[in-house]
Amino acid sequence: MTTTPRPRSAVAAGAAAAAPSRRVRAQARFEVGTLLRNGEQLLVSIVLPALALVGLAATSSPSLGEGRRIDLAVPSVLALAVISVAFTSQAIATAFDRRYGVLRYLGVTPLGRSGLLAAKVLATLAVELVQLVVIGGLGLALGWQPNIGGVGWALVFLLVGTWSFVALALLLAGTLRAEAVLAVANLLWVAFLVLGVIVPRTLLPGAASSVAAGLPSASLADGLRTALVDGRLNLPALLVVLGWAIVASALAARFFRFDD
Amino acid sequence: MTTGVTAPTAVTLTDLSRRFGAVMALDGLSWQAPTGRVTAVLGPNGAGKTTAIECAVGLTRPTSGSVRVLGLDPLTSGADHRARVGVMLQTGGLPGGTKPMRLLEHLSRLYAEPADVGQTARRLGVDQFAGTTVRRLSGGQKQRLAFAAALLGRPEVLFLDEPAAGLDPHGRLDVWDLIEEQRDDGTTVVVTTHSFEEAERLADHLVIMSAGRAVVTGSLADVTREGSLEDVYFGLTRKGRA
Repeated sequence: MTTTPRPRSAVAAGAAAAAPSRRVRAQARFEVGTLLRNGEQLLVSIVLPALALVGLAATSSPSLGEGRRIDLAVPSVLALAVISVAFTSQAIATAFDRRYGVLRYLGVTPLGRSGLLAAKVLATLAVELVQLVVIGGLGLALGWQPNIGGVGWALVFLLVGTWSFVALALLLAGTLRAEAVLAVANLLWVAFLVLGVIVPRTLLPGAASSVAAGLPSASLADGLRTALVDGRLNLPALLVVLGWAIVASALAARFFRFDD
Repeated sequence: MTTGVTAPTAVTLTDLSRRFGAVMALDGLSWQAPTGRVTAVLGPNGAGKTTAIECAVGLTRPTSGSVRVLGLDPLTSGADHRARVGVMLQTGGLPGGTKPMRLLEHLSRLYAEPADVGQTARRLGVDQFAGTTVRRLSGGQKQRLAFAAALLGRPEVLFLDEPAAGLDPHGRLDVWDLIEEQRDDGTTVVVTTHSFEEAERLADHLVIMSAGRAVVTGSLADVTREGSLEDVYFGLTRKGRA
């Protein structure tokens, strides 16, 4: 039991982390791969929004407001898709990763905690890109004519919306028990859905309409519709989404716990 | 970063305390792990072994005292430091929704010069259950996978929290052989255990903990001068439990 330790200069030289961008990309790719292999997640993030678009295109009720129905439906469904992947999927996945010690474990690898959070944002954006291609492609096939002048503003809304909903997801996932996150994230998805995401909040009854005006979900959908239908910036909606992003990020940074 | 001169101790815990509410999990704990040796940490349930390991890998912030691993504080050290430290946690923490080889391939990408994934997996028999999703693995299979993951960065320091717990005799032997091999390569290994057999077989250096403190530290020969390891252990830890 008393062998002399060998010098390990050759080995020591090898034991260092990969570059930060490589670590984050590797983790993001791993998370996207895991999500796309998971039937439920795939259903929620890609299949359900696509079905919603086909359903809206094939029917005439509920009313989506003034204008061509498909032009209103695509931005609404894009908002729904962002909420599904950035909020509901992310909250549930992160909550169970926290429960099973995955967040702790990855925190002691070279990835670290900040790398893990960066990878989650990157993975969410990557899945959204898939959603954008699927829903956008499906929309174009169904006759969608987006206002090209508003595409830039739409991208701004998609990015700020993603920020806002990932921050809300992490706030939930890092503070509540995993089962509670599962319930709350699904309930909020339904609440968001009916409060101004598909049917614009201006068509909702008075009280619901004023509640929806302050929600990041209805504001994201409003912003995407204004951009892609009218080609304009909806500044009040952007401020609401941005406000939620800032507040949720600050709260998540303060209260997120990596341990269960 | 890596200097030509090797420090005599790779891990130093000094007067470490960690309070969880009313419970003092660590209460003035001090021990060192000599570089390139196997240090076995023995102690009854609740002695604070896991909390000590968590402090050493930066998962838990000590209430007071200091931790140095390869000369750095693990709470503030960066990715390169974490790459030089391999960790196998008792709680596992491996993502459940994926298959073992995909996970190992992924984790290896976090290191600049990782170990050979296929070879590491074969050494621990991971290839035998490569088709099973991680969450469906048996306890022993998860242990093997977690050990393989800890070796991927070719670490200079390896923390193993009860690596052989729940393994069948073959699995235990595989783990022990690998620990000895790592030590012979110059890796500093810290292993917590409840097994006297494991400690006697592996340890160059022993730490016996009780009630959040180290009650004895030294070489196996030093510690067992007065009697068998079992006798020394019970003599020292019974009081701590009372």
